[in-house]
Amino acid sequence: MKNTDISAPDYFHKVVDCQWACPAHTPVPEYIRLIAAGRYSDAYMINWQSNVFPGVLGRTCDRPCEPACRRVRVENEPVAICRLKRVAADYKDDITARLPKPAAKKNGKRIALVGAGPASLTVARDLAPLGYECVVFDGDPKAGGMIRSQIPKFRLPDSVIDEECGYILGLGVDFRGGTAISSMKALLAQGYDAIFVGSGAPRGRDLDIPGRKEAAANIHIGIDWLSSVSFGHVSTIGKRVIVLGGGNTAMDCCRSSRRLGGEDVQVVVRSGFEEMKASPWEKEDAMHEGIPIHNFLVPKEFTHDNGKLTGITFEKVKAEYDAKGRRKLVPSGEPDQHFPCDDVLVAVGQENAFPWIEADCGIEFDQWHMPKVDPVTFRSTHPKIFFGGDAAFGPKNIIWAVAHGHEAAVSIDKMLNGEDIVDRPLPATELISQKMGIHEWSYKNEVMPDQRYKVPHRDLKIALKDIKAEVELGFDDKLAFQEAGRCLNCDVETVFTPSLCIECDACVDICPMDCITFTQNGDEADLRQRLNAPALNLTQDLYVEDGLKTGRVMVKDEDVCLHCSLCAERCPTGAWDMQKFFLTMTHAGPSCRPPVTRRSAA
Amino acid sequence: MTYLAKPKFRHPGLPKNSLGYTHRDYEGAVSTLCAGCGHDSITAAIIQACFELSIEPHRVAKISGIGCSSKTPTYFLGNSHGFNSVHGRMPSVLTGANLANRDLIYLGVSGDGDSASIGLGQFAHCLRRGVNMVYIVENNGVYGLTKGQFSATADRGSKSKRGVVNTDNSIDMVAMALQLGATFVARSFSGDKEQLVPVISAAIAHKGAAFIDVISPCVAFNNHAGSTKSFDFVREHNDAVNRLDFISSRMPIEVKYEPGSVEVVEQHDGSKLALRKLAADYDVHDRTAALGFLHQHAAKGQIVTGLLFVEKESEDLHAHLGTVDAPLNTLGERELCPGQSALDAINASLR
Repeated sequence: MKNTDISAPDYFHKVVDCQWACPAHTPVPEYIRLIAAGRYSDAYMINWQSNVFPGVLGRTCDRPCEPACRRVRVENEPVAICRLKRVAADYKDDITARLPKPAAKKNGKRIALVGAGPASLTVARDLAPLGYECVVFDGDPKAGGMIRSQIPKFRLPDSVIDEECGYILGLGVDFRGGTAISSMKALLAQGYDAIFVGSGAPRGRDLDIPGRKEAAANIHIGIDWLSSVSFGHVSTIGKRVIVLGGGNTAMDCCRSSRRLGGEDVQVVVRSGFEEMKASPWEKEDAMHEGIPIHNFLVPKEFTHDNGKLTGITFEKVKAEYDAKGRRKLVPSGEPDQHFPCDDVLVAVGQENAFPWIEADCGIEFDQWHMPKVDPVTFRSTHPKIFFGGDAAFGPKNIIWAVAHGHEAAVSIDKMLNGEDIVDRPLPATELISQKMGIHEWSYKNEVMPDQRYKVPHRDLKIALKDIKAEVELGFDDKLAFQEAGRCLNCDVETVFTPSLCIECDACVDICPMDCITFTQNGDEADLRQRLNAPALNLTQDLYVEDGLKTGRVMVKDEDVCLHCSLCAERCPTGAWDMQKFFLTMTHAGPSCRPPVTRRSAA
Repeated sequence: MTYLAKPKFRHPGLPKNSLGYTHRDYEGAVSTLCAGCGHDSITAAIIQACFELSIEPHRVAKISGIGCSSKTPTYFLGNSHGFNSVHGRMPSVLTGANLANRDLIYLGVSGDGDSASIGLGQFAHCLRRGVNMVYIVENNGVYGLTKGQFSATADRGSKSKRGVVNTDNSIDMVAMALQLGATFVARSFSGDKEQLVPVISAAIAHKGAAFIDVISPCVAFNNHAGSTKSFDFVREHNDAVNRLDFISSRMPIEVKYEPGSVEVVEQHDGSKLALRKLAADYDVHDRTAALGFLHQHAAKGQIVTGLLFVEKESEDLHAHLGTVDAPLNTLGERELCPGQSALDAINASLR
């Protein structure tokens, strides 16, 4: 294998699994250390820079970082990254002085943003301080989009949404609530320099089976119903409720039902329990509230009596897999099951809908009626129109919307500065030694087995009585400190300098995870088998350096490295050092544009 | 040296031996020696050998004297018996323990100061008697604990860290061991585990006095230019006579080698030593030739390593003394005091 190029921004970034998995690439270990140090405001600002909505995401994020966490591979449960983010948001001081100031001078460029959800607000956050005039349109009176309309208040209180949307609107953003955009052509005619569409995936999928029309009064589309609940238009539901669907929306529906009078609330899914789209913790929360989840049941018919819903008939199915491993649900042959109920919530998926975009306004759509959007620049086929969030590639989640927003803002900023938006600078990285003394490092390198701490919950009896009572109480400072201590500091990297190495084997002998091997070079497949502990996790890189006196190479498997620094402590020559890797994503602004070289005044 | 305990986490894919242990189960407390010390590599090699041999930790007794090397038994086999004895007295303590309980595996761990200076007499007599043991000398040529004075194994003409040249002749413990009748004699290097681990395994399986001299650079006081026990010097002057593969009697796989290139030596317990010859005319069973070979190469400044001598039909002290098969410490009063008639019979036989 060739020597590893550790100066490539991706190399150490991939070692920080959580940050690599995060769509917005939030520097997770950095803010967790700050939380452990009680520096909540600093931790919050790192998050705010990167993911814009720390308080919201600290309660609702889909947490792609957590399954990626190295702690999963060396222990079992990941660090509670998401809930630690909430700690930063909960315990920070007033940070308004640390926010960017509204631009003193506008640059004369106007940008329209359709929808006031996380994607649009991120674009506005990035562009407004640069002097762009950002106009955000939304049909709802308040900003937040799906954050406000679809997430139940017992998971995310309005105060948090108000605060974090407020930070953005306070940057001099022109928010026009209650103004739904009904024509792209009309919007284009207003002469904006760029338009960003962040209107989400607002249409809940329906279920067209017999009885749907007849029993319509008691059959509700999940996301529409949730938004009616959020805005106070709906405050009761029948005693017996069936929720159809296995995603996070279904979980929000069933838990909301429990709080609005539903006593016998059940979730029914087509697939198996394991394959449900809902996050495991959301399923857990629902079951904890006494909501059973039935699986492998396909709805066949809504039963009704005199226009009143009486229940749903399901066909029992089982999963079969073809030669390619694709799953197919086939009838199991068991008798159909009938679930009596008073109300049904249909949460079987969401769709995009762009009835307001005229076919001839320059935006091409694909066969699935989705706009053709470049996955890097987020530009549509119309040069001035960009898409992001669920509106771009279908329903995902908040953190993806934020990531899209950042990238679209870079595109818009570059475009309006007359640059090629395809040419995008790499993120900036720095590597700084953490050595403070012979056995002292600027981070806590003592790694212990320590199981994940549970977030305290409100007493179930009280929680179920009030739909606005937040269920999770969040970590207190002591629990937060303990949970933060579980972080392995994967951003403090083992950096090897072969010219200093005397091949004494001290690092090999001390490494608790058998990560380091000195051996003859070979190709990657061969080397992976020959290491002290075979490196079978192909998603994790090997760090290879030659230039040793014996002609061997140093090979380190990054997979389960604890970042405990023992290799560096044991190294007599300093060939190993622990260096903190810090990655700064390229956001809109001067850093995304190459520096202007001034002509010499000759 | 580190102040932290080694984290308890282990690689999820670590191999297990036939007892279900990983090599981590053979570790001891975390080392307090200097960072990069050769002794820590020897510790790791002992751990690896015991792991590969599937040795039950409670069947091992580690005995040492005083010095950096003699501290190391704390750092391996944390679940074995141990005795940290007086300076240079490891051999007599080990001999006594071995006489009392012949069933244990004895690891005598010592250094060049402990064995070649204060304990030279003990070293000699222990080997001479053929005590069944593995005697490891972790040889760095200096007194590390007292800041790097030359030890008795420092080569004449080698330089100390401060540039002082050693004018005394050195003691070659391998040559002494050969002369004193050790039935297994090897030399290895802490920086070459591929050689060291099988040598330790073979020595553990050997019945009789097995002596291993392991050159182990002292990174603090003896790893500079002018030293003959530095990593660089040993790597440049290492002249291995053979490469050893140890095949335990429990290993089912037959290892195949091209005929002529490998000599297979069967040991007492059924284990096999497959020796790949590197020096064409070196006979591993010829004690006197080995001595000559050593002297010739030492004169040229070369360090001969590998398995240097092994006796095919080795015996140990218990065989010489004709003791009973059961360990003496398990004998009860009935066996030890067989009564008046037995005494009378003995007395009669001596008349």
